[in-house]
Amino acid sequence: MTVQPTLSLSPVAQPVRKGGVRINDVVKIYGAQETGILAVDHCTFEVPAGEITVVVGPSGCGKTTLLNALAGFHSITSGSIYLDDEMLCGQGKLKAQPGPDRIVVFQNGALFPWKTNIENITFGPIMQSAMTRAEAYEKARDMMADAGLRGIEHNYPGEISSGVRRRVEIVRALMNNPKILLLDEPYRALDSLTKSVMHEALLEIFYKNRVSIFFITHDLEEAIFLGHRVVIMTTRPCRPKKILDINIPHPRDYSVLTTKRFREFMEETVAAVHEEAIKAFAAGEKER
Amino acid sequence: MVTAARALSARFVGFVVGDDFWRGVVSIVVFLVFWEAGSRSHAWFGFSFPWVSQVPAPTAVLQEMFTLVQEPSFWNSALLSTLRVFEGFFAAMVIGIPLGLAMAVSPIFFGITFPVFEVLRPIPPLAWVPASIIFWPTQELSIAFVTFLGAFFTIVINVIGGARAIDVRYFQAARSMGSSTWDIFRRIILPGTLPSIVVGATVGVGITWAVVVAAEMISGGGSAGSMGGAAGGGLGFFIWNSYVGGSYTQIVAGMISIGIAGYVSSALLRKIGNWMTPWLSEN
Repeated sequence: MTVQPTLSLSPVAQPVRKGGVRINDVVKIYGAQETGILAVDHCTFEVPAGEITVVVGPSGCGKTTLLNALAGFHSITSGSIYLDDEMLCGQGKLKAQPGPDRIVVFQNGALFPWKTNIENITFGPIMQSAMTRAEAYEKARDMMADAGLRGIEHNYPGEISSGVRRRVEIVRALMNNPKILLLDEPYRALDSLTKSVMHEALLEIFYKNRVSIFFITHDLEEAIFLGHRVVIMTTRPCRPKKILDINIPHPRDYSVLTTKRFREFMEETVAAVHEEAIKAFAAGEKER
Repeated sequence: MVTAARALSARFVGFVVGDDFWRGVVSIVVFLVFWEAGSRSHAWFGFSFPWVSQVPAPTAVLQEMFTLVQEPSFWNSALLSTLRVFEGFFAAMVIGIPLGLAMAVSPIFFGITFPVFEVLRPIPPLAWVPASIIFWPTQELSIAFVTFLGAFFTIVINVIGGARAIDVRYFQAARSMGSSTWDIFRRIILPGTLPSIVVGATVGVGITWAVVVAAEMISGGGSAGSMGGAAGGGLGFFIWNSYVGGSYTQIVAGMISIGIAGYVSSALLRKIGNWMTPWLSEN
């Protein structure tokens, strides 16, 4: 079944943004068709271009499976995924090709420990021959300065704090000029105070670069604070349970957290998430 | 800044004259005193301590070493053993690292080679001595071959383990950012395996010293050894020769020389390893 992707744009006229993703009736079964584990069950939703879409669900619910399919790390069983007008995977091509238009920022970080921060950041453009070494270094220095990362260019990732590492990784991703950033619980390992700093930093980066963001988390507060759109997933098999458009105006800062609107969104969603968490717990899904 | 520098220098001074340093000094001194007393127990206490009274006293060994370091033949032995260690170790690195990498990245190659590798691996290098004397044309080559085996298996196993332990996310990230297969090999697999190569090399060189000495003893010290005396047979032959000649102080002096040589080799490799993996040293 092929469905023409409809590029979703905000109703207000604005420059055409790239990086809209349409996830269309995607099914993923691990193992054999009949006996395997159904991880993603007829999942359909849209990631609007130039916006932040946050996918919320209990750990192990299958949301990372979706991200892996989108990134091109794993195949899907059926359905299709489109990036703008291009089919990434679908009938006849169940595994997408990984590419610099979709860069993943991993759960525990995947900066190359044997490369200095600036070598990490310049890795993409140099690999793709998109820039000369000198150009890449110059742009990296600019972007690092912009992200408050001056002075750690020649340190190794092992020498900086995990919060700063995450920021370096996002800059590394942005250096590839991606259409969409795929963030897989990037702030999971951080304490809540560092997390709040990272959230504002991410929003700042987003406002500057206006790249689409596909963000996975199990933290509802994080989801509502960051997202234009929040997709609450059922636990395994994973399927959208509730999709909300968070109409709290951007740019947002942490004062949003104490507003009535924010609390209303929390109230509206917390029950749904809690219900899935109970199911996941009963199913024996462990927090990893 | 000033306080940081002070803290750093305090830590350095603390290492040199701190508790650990003095514990080390006390440990060695007490060991030497007991050894000396044990060796000279007959003269000092009128009765012989069991076992340790047969061993030459440390002062006698030290005296022996002073004499030895002035003899060119001792240095010649040390040099011969060092050369053999280097040959065997170098060959093990040159063959073992690519082999281990190939086994780690290619399941087909792994499937073909690993069973043979695993059958040969448990065979102690010393069990190879007779066979290698028969197979290799010169004694020198057969000793070098046994030495090679000592380091080879350790290095290969470490390379395979290291390459396999590289986090899959690094491959995924590199792939997303447009790396070719060759880029991934050069920029992910090689540096990712380097720490394990360093570990394998450091352990391997220690085994190499253990093996070369034994091989020299068994095979009679190589072709140069047949010219007689301690001249030119390597440290293993030197010890064996001292045993045959009944010079117990020389035996112990030879043993200590090997200990020092092994320590220096490992320390040197660790230094080179730290220099090659700068991202690990700062943590």
